This record gives sequence, structure tokens and C-alpha cells, in this order.
Amino acid sequence: MYDFNYIRPKTLDEASRALQSEGAKVLAGGQTLIPSLKLRLNRVPMVIDLGGIGGLKRIEKQGNALIIGAMATHAEVATSTVVASAIPGMARLAETIGDPQVRNLGTIGGSIANNDPAADYPAAALALGARFKTTKRSVTADAHFRGLFATFDDDEILTEIAFPIPKRFAYAKFPNPASRFALVGVAVAETAAGIRVAVTGAGATGVFRASAMEAALAKSFAPTGLKDVRIDASNLTGDLHADAEYRAHLIKVMARRAVEACIG
Amino acid sequence: MSENGIGQSVRRREDIRFITGAGQYTADISRPGQVYAVFVRSPHAHAKIKRIDIAAAEKAPGVVGIFTGKDLAADKIGGLICGWMIHSKDGSPMKAGAHPALATDKVRYAGDHVAVVIAESLDQARDAAELVSVDYQILPPAVRLADAQKPGQPQLHDEAPNNTVYEWHLGDKAAVEAAFAKATHRTKLELTNNRLVPNAIEPRAAIGEYDRGSGGYTLYTTSQNPHVARLVLSAFIGIAPENRLRVIAPDVGGGFGSKIFIYAEEVVCTWAAKKVGRPVKWVADRSESFLADAHGRDHITTAEAAMDASGKILALRVKTKANLGAYLSTFSSSVPTYLYAPLLSGQYDIPAIYCEVDGVYTNTAPVDAYRGAGRPEATFVVERLVEVAARELGKDPAEFRMHNFIRKFPHQTPVLSNYDAGNYAACMKMAAEAADYAGFSARKAKSAKQGKLRGIGFSAYIEACGIAPSKAVGSLGAGVGLWESAEIRVNATGTVEVLSGSHSHGQGHETTFAQLVSQRLGIPIEQVSIIHGDTDKVQMGMGTYGSRSAAVGMSAIFKALDKVIAKATKIAARCMEVPETNVDFTDGVFSARGSNKTMKFGEVALQAYVAHKFDTAEIEPGLKEAAFYDPTNFTFPSGVHIAEVEIDPDTGRTTIERWTAVDDFGNLINPMIVEGQVHGGVAQGIGQALLEQAVYDASGQLVTASYMDYCMPRASDLSSFDVAMTNTPCPSNPLGVKGCGEAGAIAAPAALINAITSALGHEDIAMPATPQAVWRASRPRREIAAE
Repeated sequence: MYDFNYIRPKTLDEASRALQSEGAKVLAGGQTLIPSLKLRLNRVPMVIDLGGIGGLKRIEKQGNALIIGAMATHAEVATSTVVASAIPGMARLAETIGDPQVRNLGTIGGSIANNDPAADYPAAALALGARFKTTKRSVTADAHFRGLFATFDDDEILTEIAFPIPKRFAYAKFPNPASRFALVGVAVAETAAGIRVAVTGAGATGVFRASAMEAALAKSFAPTGLKDVRIDASNLTGDLHADAEYRAHLIKVMARRAVEACIG
Repeated sequence: MSENGIGQSVRRREDIRFITGAGQYTADISRPGQVYAVFVRSPHAHAKIKRIDIAAAEKAPGVVGIFTGKDLAADKIGGLICGWMIHSKDGSPMKAGAHPALATDKVRYAGDHVAVVIAESLDQARDAAELVSVDYQILPPAVRLADAQKPGQPQLHDEAPNNTVYEWHLGDKAAVEAAFAKATHRTKLELTNNRLVPNAIEPRAAIGEYDRGSGGYTLYTTSQNPHVARLVLSAFIGIAPENRLRVIAPDVGGGFGSKIFIYAEEVVCTWAAKKVGRPVKWVADRSESFLADAHGRDHITTAEAAMDASGKILALRVKTKANLGAYLSTFSSSVPTYLYAPLLSGQYDIPAIYCEVDGVYTNTAPVDAYRGAGRPEATFVVERLVEVAARELGKDPAEFRMHNFIRKFPHQTPVLSNYDAGNYAACMKMAAEAADYAGFSARKAKSAKQGKLRGIGFSAYIEACGIAPSKAVGSLGAGVGLWESAEIRVNATGTVEVLSGSHSHGQGHETTFAQLVSQRLGIPIEQVSIIHGDTDKVQMGMGTYGSRSAAVGMSAIFKALDKVIAKATKIAARCMEVPETNVDFTDGVFSARGSNKTMKFGEVALQAYVAHKFDTAEIEPGLKEAAFYDPTNFTFPSGVHIAEVEIDPDTGRTTIERWTAVDDFGNLINPMIVEGQVHGGVAQGIGQALLEQAVYDASGQLVTASYMDYCMPRASDLSSFDVAMTNTPCPSNPLGVKGCGEAGAIAAPAALINAITSALGHEDIAMPATPQAVWRASRPRREIAAE
């Protein structure tokens, strides 16, 4: 770890001001930033720890939306009765992230802001048509997730995520055997705006919506509805654990399992 | 029998220390004034070093010394050695290149040691290490084992043309050719034994210290065999005379073989301690462990079996290329030769076997012994061949094995090994019953209804443990004898210290060795301490590897206890004023036959030290005895493991449904610890077959250099294990024990791959059988054709 300055502001204003400093980075749960600092893969002059700011952990139902504060940990989402009653599939997603240590520290805001191409929450956010509230603006998941590691501005802090409560939602993941990140994860939602399917872990440019599957499921929201959908492997990522062809296949299998889970 | 004696599942006495954070590992040790070493490692797989510029680094804050290979050479510090000489078929000695602790002219793998930076703090050393500028002339690397011997490949060492260290063989080629000519069926397999990274939970570490007053050095290190480290560092590397070098291996958190070897970091930290006049501490981070611990396995093999019409195996023919990495590690040359080919007869009566092994240099980390060391590779060859032969002949794999089992002992195989005892059929019957082999087809049908593929696989393994008779291994090229030593110090108060040349790094010696002493001396286990891992305390010993600590290390203790009891009997006789021949010793009490006189062991110990009641001209005071035990044969543990798996053809995921192990380790000292060893070994074997693989890319970069890509087995990858034992005592050692530490890792890979291929219905899958590989292998042929 290289030397860095560390501050723990009490308010979002104070954090935003500190963020103006060149190269400063926000620390939420630290599940990506800390390991990269320890391995000297990242050198930052200042770390701004959001842990001292109140009000960023709320989990509430507000109208037809589930609001989750950016600093809510995966464990808090997984065990929240509010989440379990509003979007049960979201609680189940949260309990499959990492291991207990990761879930007790890692946050939903950190996951979405970091937008690792194999992270779970971005798929849920995109499938549900979530809206991200930051210190500067409010932006939809569709507008935000455009390309690899789509991130917020350098001086912008994600504060909460609003998930419109769907009729049905489920997430199915095939984990990378080594890292346990999503080799392929598929989130399926039946929302007021129609069927939405988002895929993580597989896209060469990060999370994406699978429009062919959405169209097929709009016709028939059943596992068999996906039978004739063909997933194009050419835009998918390939690595030691899964080449693009295998990922394309897994997208269909995971989508089918998510649909099965939606139907129950 | 004592309640903590032999055969009792005594809870591990050392675990309280380990699980409450009171263990003392090398990294826990801090020496006054210590400074910290960071190694500058090659980022390239193969390059010439044109220049090393340390000017900027030397000026960095806190730096106390920066050294390169030139500095070591100037002090006449020798290179690392390989302690086992292998001769090629043509009689020529193996062709080994130099292995300097810090590279001089060339680097030969990504992670090779180039320089050491020593500073007041670890962070200062890391900062300064980044300022060391090395001018490399990058050379094309020889990375792939299959290609490295081909003409025109990059050459690692001038001494080894075509990167070939040796072309070794064992067995009767002509007899094998003749058997193949008359065979009615031949089975041939191309097999890869995947490369593994050992991954002990405690990374390697070393602290070198020099005492100006005495001129002596101390090395604290993560070693499985501190005396061997001292011998090599002294006699071959030339750090200091043996009597001026103390090596301490304190608590060590796992080794699996990777901590047998003498490494560059140990040499450099010890030598540099005098250069900088301060203790020098180095602790590997996990990334360094991946790059620079000696890796395991890495064979490619063509294996053939010849059978007659009755299904009797007539001969085996095996041709293996073994990757030895960029340099020869301490015992690397022996692993794919004498620890491999002598096991190719498995549990079977095979009249003729011929094995050829090429040892090959590549631009990858050195490869050496890893849990099982050669024997897992041999078992994988034999048990895959036998399984496939049975399938091809339409025979039941269990029956085919039974038909070919050795039934008379001792049995001389055509590949050196002389099996002393065993009962292979008993293991097979017991395992088949425990695994409900008879009910398998019903379970398979049930899985099929749910769209799943179910398979069952056997592995009837043999291993050679208790290494080893010194004269025998000497004749095969070993540079050392493989006996073990022990010293028993009985104190005047009747407590006992056992000083053992074996080294415990997870095995539980503090418990099992004490059980033996408690039973034989008839004293409570609490009165027995086990001391190991310090060359200043313990006389010369050979350390722990190859499942040798019970068979060899405890036999040395047994022998020393004989001497203690003999002397104590003499003293007791004098004290009781009876003839020695009338004294019996049972359950800790000396009694004079034909009288009511008795003395407890503790009373005799006291009398030994006060020396009031015997003539010290005839009997020396004190009660302390030492013994060196050299085994007369290897031991031959064996067993049958049966894996049952279910494959989800949609994803390629393999689930282990049942695991049945029936092992024959001879007599058991502590059944609970033995069972634990089986569990750990099976987990590692499953890791190899299903999950683990060290992968280098074409440029020689280790792709699987962290747990993000190198897949270690987790509890959720495993099933419950059904473990049972048969007990055929080993006739060659006084305790009748065989060794159990490696069995699981030896047995498991073949059992699992046999189960997976049974489920798939074809043999075309390599280790590790990852979900992607299994998915691809499980697709119906028509689906592949359609694409």
C-alpha cells in the first residue's frame, strides 16, 4: 500500500468538497479499493471514507419503489424484511454476493458505482429500471450503464438507488468457480414497463439488456418461451474459465432459471 | 492400554495454540533491530540481464542494503542444488544448469529473483524495490512442456541441449514389447497431469540473523526439514560451517512438500544478515507464493496397457514428459522418476512394465514434490488405464480390478518395488459395499429422469511411504540417507522430552508421538513434550515428507524408548536389589518377579539422576537415550476410493454425491488424525481433478496468479466423506504403521475422473474437469455438428 491521506467526513457536503481534490477516491465498503491499494495496483492521494455520514443506509418502501441507501451492506439487503416483502429476488441476490465477510462490508452503492463487469447489482438495477440518486443528479440505470465500467463523475457521490417494485423479479447466477463473481448472471423482471432482462458477467462492455429474450418473454413468460432465442457470442467476453460460446449458452440457461424462479 | 495410548483418538494437543492465535510462526517472530527484505523479481519469463541500476533505490528513505547476484558471487555463495542425481538411459548424468539464488546473467521464469532490497520498514523496502531499474534483453521463452524439447526452441541452460535434463527409463522394454505383441486387447490413453500451486495457508518466510560475537548465523524459516536446510546451506551453498548455523523451523502452517526445498530467499536473508549487520526478515505475500513456490505435478503421458483374452493385464508401457520448470529444485529430479515409475504396477500383478521419462526445462517456476509427489501421477496413469481397459472389454471395473489384484505377498513388481503386505480385495469389497455399488444403476436412472448424468469411478491406489532405506535410495542417486533420529530425555521428575528429527506442520506430532511415549512408559500424556524444528536442540534429522513421520520418525522414537526402558530396568533392578532379569516393566511400573517390590517409572527416573543406589562405574547417571532408525523397506499403504458424481449437462457443473474411502494404513496411532489426513488429501485430490490449474500464457506469464483465477477447493465443492479402514500391519517397522498423509491426494483424481467419464460415456476430458470443460464434453455429438 502506498501512503495516502484519509478523511472521514460527517456530511455529504463535506465529502463532496473533499472530492474536488485531485485523484481523491470515495471509500464505501472497500471490497475493491482496499485490495487494489494493498496490491499497489492503485495509488490514490486521498481516501474519503463515507462510513461517518449518517442517512445513507436507509431501506424503505416509498410509493411503488424500494429505496436502498448507497451504504447499505449486502448483508443488510439480504436480511431486510422490507426488501424481502418488496422484491424478494433482490434479497436472494444479495445473499449470493461474495462470502460473509464481503457481505458484511461491501455496499450496494459501492457495487453499482464501481460497476465491475461481473458484479451482480448492476444486472438487477438495469432489469428493474432503477434510478440512481447522486449528489449532483438523478439518472436512470439505462442511461448510466453505457459501456465498460460506466462510472459516475469524479466529483459525484451515489447516495441511493430507487428500484421500481416489479410484478416479478429473479436473478440467476453461474459463479466463476475461482472468484465466485458472476461468470454469467441474468436478472429477469416483469415490470410496469414490460419484461426486462439484464445480463452481467458476460458482456465485453459490461452489463447489458438482452432485447431478444425480452421480446420472446413478452410473448410467453415461461421457460419454454426462450427456446428459440439465439444469443450472439460475438459481443461476449471470454477468459480461462469460460469462452464466449459457453457464456452465450449459460445466458440462456440462467435466463430460463430466472424465469422459473419468477414463476415459482 | 493407556487412555491416551496408541489407537486412541486423542484430541490434538497443539490445536488450542493454533486456533487461539498463540502459535508462533516465522512471521510472528521479530528480532531486535530487524530490517525487511523485498525481492525484485523478473517480470519476464526469459531475458538476459544487461544492467541492474540500483542508484536511485539506494538513495530511497530507509534503505540499508541492496544486493544482486554479483554480490553473492563475490562472497563465493554457491547456487541452489538438486540433491538427487538421475542418470539417462545412455548412462550419462542429468544435465543441470546453475541455479543462483539471485540471477546473474539471465532470468528464466516470471518471478525469478534478481535483487534484494533491505530497508528499515517493509513499505520502504517495497518503495525502493520499485526504483531498482533492470535493463532486460527479452528472449523468446520455452513455455509449453509439449514443445520445449523440439529443435529450434529457446534454450534455458547451455548445459541442457533441447531443454532436456534427462531421458530416464525403468523396466524391461523387450519383455513389454513381447507382451504387447501377443496381447488380444490394447488400451491407450493420452493423459495430462495438471500443474498445481501448493498454497499452504502460511506463506513462506525467513529471518536471517548473524551474531558478531560468536560468528554464528541463525535462520528462522518455514521448513519441513530444518536440518536438511542447514546441511545444504552449509555444505553446498557455503553460508557458514554447520556448527555455526542454527536453523529454526517454528510452527509451520502447512507445507504439502513445498517447504521441503531450500529456496533463494533463505539463502539471501541469512547471508545478508551479516552484510547489513541486522536481522533480515522476509515474508512472502500470496502473489509471491503463486509465482515462486515450487509448483507440483505437470506431466504429459502416453500410457498403454496390454491384456489377454481373459482380461489379465500383461504389460504397461508409459512415456512421460515431466516439466521441471526453469531450475532444478531440491528434490525435483526424483519426483517424476523414482517416486513415480516404481508405483506403476499399482495393486496389480503385471508381469512387464516399461516407463520412459524425460525431465524438461521450461520458462516456468521450478516444479518439485507436492502432496504425493510422483505417486498421484502414477496412480492417475494406472487407474485411468485400468478403468478404460475394463470399459473397453465390457467388464465391470471393480471385477476387472479384482481379477488383476496381487494376492500373494511379498510381491516383487517389475519396477523395483517389493510390496510387503496388503489385502486389496478386502478393501475393494468393503468399499463397494459402503458405496452401495449395487444400487448405482438405480440411482443413475433416477438422475437421468431429472436430466442429469450420474457416474461412478474407482481408484485402487498404491503408494510407497516411509521413505526410505538409505542404502536403497543411495543406489538410486539420492544425495542423503533417509533414516530418522530421536532422543528421549527423561527428567529427574519423571517428565519426558522427545526431540525428533521429524517436523510437524499440521500433522499433529505433538499428539501422536506423545501417545506412543505415554503408552510405552506408562506415564500420563501431559508429562510428555515433543520438541522439533531447531537444529540447536535436536540432533541431526531428515524431516517430514512422503508420509514418513510415523513409519520412520516414530520408529526412531520407539527404538530410543527401548534403550530408555533397558537402562531404567537396570537401575530399577539395582534399587530393588534383584537381578535385572527378574524385573518386568508394565504400565509404568517396574516389578521384581517373585517379590512384592515395585517402583514407578518416575521413581526410577529420580534414582537415575540422584545416582545413590547404583555403581556409577557400571551404570552412568542420567536417563537420556538417542536412536537413529533406518527403515528396511518402504511401506505400501493402499486403498480403494469410490467417487459418485452427478453432472448438470445444462451448465457442466459436477456435483460430488458420494465419496467412499477404504484405506489400509496398517496400525493406526490416532484414528481421528488419520481420518483428518484422509479428508484433507481427498479435498486436495478433488481440487486437482475438478478445480485447480496453474496456467502460463504463451509469453510465460502466470495467468492464474491469485485466487481470482486459481480455484482452490472450498467446503461447498465437496461432499461428506465416508471413510473406513482395513488394517494390515506393516511388517517392516516396529509399530506396523504405513503412513496416511498423502493417500487422499493420490487416490482422488483418478476416482473423480473415472466417475465423470462414466457419467459422460466417453473418455475425452482432462483435469481439471471445470464446468466449461464438462459442458463441452457432455454435449450430444449432433449439437456440436450443428454449429
